[in-house]
Amino acid sequence: MLGLSADRLQADMNRLLTLLFHQGVLDEQFLQLQELQDESSPNFVSEVVNLYFRESDKHLRNLRAILMDRECLDYKKLEIHLNHFMGSSSSIGAKRVRNVCLAFRAASEQNNRVGCLRSLELLEHEYCFLKNNMHELFHIEQQRVMAAGVRYPMLD
Amino acid sequence: MAIAAETQFHVLAVDDSLIDRKLIERLLKTSSYQVTAVDSGSKALEFLGLQDEQRKPASDSSESQEIEVNLIITDYCMPGMTGYDLLRKIKESSSLKDIPVVIMSSENVPSRINRCLEEGAQEFFLKPVQLSDVNRLLPHLLKGKPKEQQQEQQHEQPNNKRKAIDEDLCPKNTRQRYNGLTVV
Repeated sequence: MLGLSADRLQADMNRLLTLLFHQGVLDEQFLQLQELQDESSPNFVSEVVNLYFRESDKHLRNLRAILMDRECLDYKKLEIHLNHFMGSSSSIGAKRVRNVCLAFRAASEQNNRVGCLRSLELLEHEYCFLKNNMHELFHIEQQRVMAAGVRYPMLD
Repeated sequence: MAIAAETQFHVLAVDDSLIDRKLIERLLKTSSYQVTAVDSGSKALEFLGLQDEQRKPASDSSESQEIEVNLIITDYCMPGMTGYDLLRKIKESSSLKDIPVVIMSSENVPSRINRCLEEGAQEFFLKPVQLSDVNRLLPHLLKGKPKEQQQEQQHEQPNNKRKAIDEDLCPKNTRQRYNGLTVV
């Protein structure tokens, strides 16, 4: 009984992951993260992804604050935050978020405020979508682990 | 099977991004390297400089290996001292110039790559760095070791076999690095 629901949850996870890959939300770098997770680092993926969310929340707040500054739009500052955000998105395999950052950066390089605002909206949307799906993924994984009654091996 | 401390290679990783530091640390540890990760070029030099002062004048290799760095892998774009600046400083130092240096960058800029290679970098990795990239570090590390130790290392590092398998699965030409533009 327990085994069956663990299998079903695994299938749910696979289905969600496949969908996310298919939609280009994630790319093979995410697979690399999973490959790096093992008994010695059993929570590696969630640790890195949660770190990514903590940092990215800040990046988004900063980007919005810079763009909303009526006095002076500091495009250089914008680009610094964008480069960080782009880099970390690329590192976890968040392809769509990364691509929007790229377009955002192009608009910033052209000092195109309207283009930047549009990009920011799109970025917030993509980021939100990614976050929700990642949380769903981790939630299913947690349930699967409980259902499978997995115990991590004791290290001597 | 425990790998004795003296036979493990020690890699110093330099990157201002916390996520990338976590990643490179994991990649290196998975490949059985000992890792020290710092967030800036100046901290890297500090770490290397400290090691210098403590290095004993005698040629007792097993003792000086405790704090020896066998390879430095650094991000290119960092505030303050860039990876390129760090590379130059290392190559200018008589005690550090023989340590192989690898540069990582998220941007595929041929002129940047050439400049680093000309300055003495052994490899240039495009981010995100993968296991197949880390597998390419071993030959550079083995060059620095005398022959008997080389043979020991080749038995203890599982990388050699994995490298061959990786190359079959991911043939080199699917990820172009130095020549022309990479399709992202």
